[in-house]
Amino acid sequence: MKLGYYPGCTLKTKAANLEKAAMASLDHLGVEYKELSRWNCCGAVFSLTDDDLIHQVAPVRNLIRAAQEDCDTIVTICSQCYNTLARANKLVRDDEEKRDTLNRFMDEEPDYAGEVEVVHYLSLLRDQVGWEKLREAVTNPLDGLKVAPFYGCTLVRPEEVAIDGVDQEILEGFIAALGAEPATFSAARECCGSYQMIAHPEEGMNRAAKVIGAANRSEADALILSCPMCEYNLGTRQGDVVAAHDGLSRVPTYYFTQLLGVALGLDSELCRLDLNGPAAQELLVDKKFIAAATV
Amino acid sequence: MASIPSPIHPENLKAVNKIAELSGQNVHECMQCGTCSAVCPMVESMGFTTRMGIHYLQFGEIEPVIKAQIGEYCASCHTCVVRCPRGIDVPKVFEAVRQLVLRTNTDLIKPQEIPKDTMAEAPQIAFVSTFRKLTS
Ligand code: SF4
Ligand code: SF4
Ligand code: SF4
Ligand code: SF4
Repeated sequence: MKLGYYPGCTLKTKAANLEKAAMASLDHLGVEYKELSRWNCCGAVFSLTDDDLIHQVAPVRNLIRAAQEDCDTIVTICSQCYNTLARANKLVRDDEEKRDTLNRFMDEEPDYAGEVEVVHYLSLLRDQVGWEKLREAVTNPLDGLKVAPFYGCTLVRPEEVAIDGVDQEILEGFIAALGAEPATFSAARECCGSYQMIAHPEEGMNRAAKVIGAANRSEADALILSCPMCEYNLGTRQGDVVAAHDGLSRVPTYYFTQLLGVALGLDSELCRLDLNGPAAQELLVDKKFIAAATV
Repeated sequence: MASIPSPIHPENLKAVNKIAELSGQNVHECMQCGTCSAVCPMVESMGFTTRMGIHYLQFGEIEPVIKAQIGEYCASCHTCVVRCPRGIDVPKVFEAVRQLVLRTNTDLIKPQEIPKDTMAEAPQIAFVSTFRKLTS
């Protein structure tokens, strides 16, 4: 397998805390990859209108870049990038007529017929590294940390691109491999409100409140996420959400890759916990997973 | 045998076909069970339920669905797609309604009204997806 890494726009800007620990962890685990030298924003949402091929151009161009760099597989960390690229790839593979139209529209580009495989980072960990090997690589097990796994929507729906079946529980397997305890979390596969937080903030906040309420009821110490949109709704805006809804309490949020980096004993500065707010750092210091000096 | 007159007003047939063309979905397959509304995280914000939205569309009545803002509030979370016993891709149906509005060069949000602190704080992905979904 020749693995390419597609970063996407948010990981290179606001979500450095999603990217940095992820890439350092792959190096640490001996997974070889190369970051695509050219890419563009995937468009963030997969176009759902049948006649709207123009919005498939952005994701498909990224797949062409990967093919040009001789990658047979690309990995994404952001779950929305994963969903958009994987669905566009499936469209190209399954729909001959649309594939042909797209290829003719992008006449200057090499033809593309779905040769590249799109995988999410979590699938790569499960299928290439394996939970057993990951567990062995953990030098700083997250003992006594109860973690609520948040899949949201785009990792698990629609079914044709789901990284996990209903019972397979990839994030739970991941959490256990880090030595932490997965919480039973009723909102694990619910929507965080997505772009409604921008378009209709009140309704977005109500949705986020339901997810945070479920995290509280699960008695988790922390909530883990894989998408900068989810992090904005459930992390950045959490103070506002908790203030506006009775009976909610705060719960630190992390990208799953940050806890991975901490458990692998990587330099905690790499994990960019400074971007998560003080509560996230304090919890890890309290639990003695990281040294206070790095806060 | 006597032919049964179509319950769909002839003028509305065009609308029925347009939704089918944009979404690739046949709303007449819906049996009105309401499962999609029961699982929908955004249904409380809509003017009426997703089930009712599909019902209006079965008769080619697009205007009430637009007024109920179902397309605007649908977060494309795909929860209903997993659950619909008739295999209807509900977010595709409501995306079609949303597109019919956007394609008249109408924006469903005013980017200039997004508060400054939101602009500063929110990640790129939030803006890309908002503008993709709600601006023309
Ligand atoms: S999903 Fe988001 S972060 Fe990823 S490339 Fe698309 S817009 Fe950028
Ligand atoms: S949970 Fe929300 S932001 Fe995250 S993938 Fe789902 S809709 Fe998107
Ligand atoms: S896809 Fe839209 S209609 Fe379906 S459950 Fe989600 S928000 Fe509701
Ligand atoms: S779940 Fe499916 S069949 Fe039931 S009301 Fe919704 S669209 Fe119709």
